[in-house]
Amino acid sequence: MAGTTGTVTPELPLHMKRRRFDPAPELGTMRDEGRITRIRTPLGAEPWVVTRWSDVREVLGDAQRFSNAWMRSRPMPGMAERSPEEIATLRAGNLLTYDPPEHTRLRRMLTGEFTGRRMRRLEPRVHEIVESHLDAMEQAGSPADLVADFALPVPSLVICELLGVPYEDRAEFQERSGRLLNLSVPMAEREAAGAEQRAYMADLVAREQAGPGDALLGTLIREHGDDITTDELIGIAGLLLIAGHETTSNMLGLGTLALLEHPDQLALVRDDPEAIGPAVEELLRWLSIVHSGTFKVATEDTEISGTRIPAGDLLLLSLPAANRDPELLADPETLDVRRGTLGHVAFGHGIHHCLGAPLARMEMRIAFPALLKRFPDLRVVSADPAEERFRSFTVVYGMESLPVTWGGAP
Amino acid sequence: MSTLKANRDVCIGAGVCVMTDHAVFDQDEDGIVTLSSADPTVDDAVRGAVASCPSGALSIEE
Repeated sequence: MAGTTGTVTPELPLHMKRRRFDPAPELGTMRDEGRITRIRTPLGAEPWVVTRWSDVREVLGDAQRFSNAWMRSRPMPGMAERSPEEIATLRAGNLLTYDPPEHTRLRRMLTGEFTGRRMRRLEPRVHEIVESHLDAMEQAGSPADLVADFALPVPSLVICELLGVPYEDRAEFQERSGRLLNLSVPMAEREAAGAEQRAYMADLVAREQAGPGDALLGTLIREHGDDITTDELIGIAGLLLIAGHETTSNMLGLGTLALLEHPDQLALVRDDPEAIGPAVEELLRWLSIVHSGTFKVATEDTEISGTRIPAGDLLLLSLPAANRDPELLADPETLDVRRGTLGHVAFGHGIHHCLGAPLARMEMRIAFPALLKRFPDLRVVSADPAEERFRSFTVVYGMESLPVTWGGAP
Repeated sequence: MSTLKANRDVCIGAGVCVMTDHAVFDQDEDGIVTLSSADPTVDDAVRGAVASCPSGALSIEE
């Protein structure tokens, strides 16, 4: 939440601006005119913003020319000054700050945990978790907050069980990750949240090292304990915990609202078991809840579609603008769950493509139809746009809350 | 004659290919791509999988 510190809310940087489901029209104009320009961000950095689908894929696909590792040697704009050693410790295990070959080494330890086959083994448990939250919603009765009662707790419990994080601690770590990812919170407070999260993870990793459990952290320690440092384990655990509940939860919340506004498409997702696969891809594309990947830095003087980018300059990639590029598909501004266009960049592209994508897809394929079947007449409590609460200042877009009702209730 | 190539050193195990065409692509227990036959037919689904592979591990030699 903004305003907790009494500071002035910073202006939202262009790449995070939205009109409900849509990226700011200016991003689309930049894309359609083929302009790559620098924008201001509240942190002081002035990155180049890339919007065209093919350009975004080119940058994401070339880790040599466009590096993620810059954050490991110099502080993010607005951060406290630290020695390179301190920064290295803070960044250890955060795959998003690595280039090959270090990235390859860590990612390879994790990919086997997220294969389609692994996900199929988890499916029965995800069904149980989804159904138990729907039972609770039904018992408590209408109205409900779809975010607090379903969209957030389902993926949160799933990632806790997958990693081996005690779910009882969720109030703490959800609050911390909310603070960490909120750009309207002053950098010092965001850094404090990051430090608290690391301390929490350090305790958890120490317990797992003393007696490795059956979940992902314990497996990593058993199978790769000699090849991975404690700092790396702490970083990986923290990254996966945040990534696991800040992303799918926003897709479930925002995706439900999108479907409620397209009743024919909602009916298809609810009634046709074949429809959900393509529908998930289309919702991922159309909503593109991750505004951009992490900053990239040009490692050499280079060009993107004719625009000169000097070595050392930062770049931001607008995933929502790229995913609505007519070059990717016809009629890109329209939501149509019947098409399941591949090649969208909602999960990124290149070597940093979302590790948890198979998990996110599986959770959504189970959760959306189950929700819509349980409450076939689900609707929002208020149709007044002034009462809608989108999460604008967060690195991942979504809804703060979504009051819904069903049955005979008003 | 088109030949499908999978570079297991480049693969990051995103699994997009398996999702696109599980008759042709699979993942080993470490998540790295495997091909179900030595020289699979290169059809539209396979071309789609190659085009959407995030890591660029897949290619078609014409």
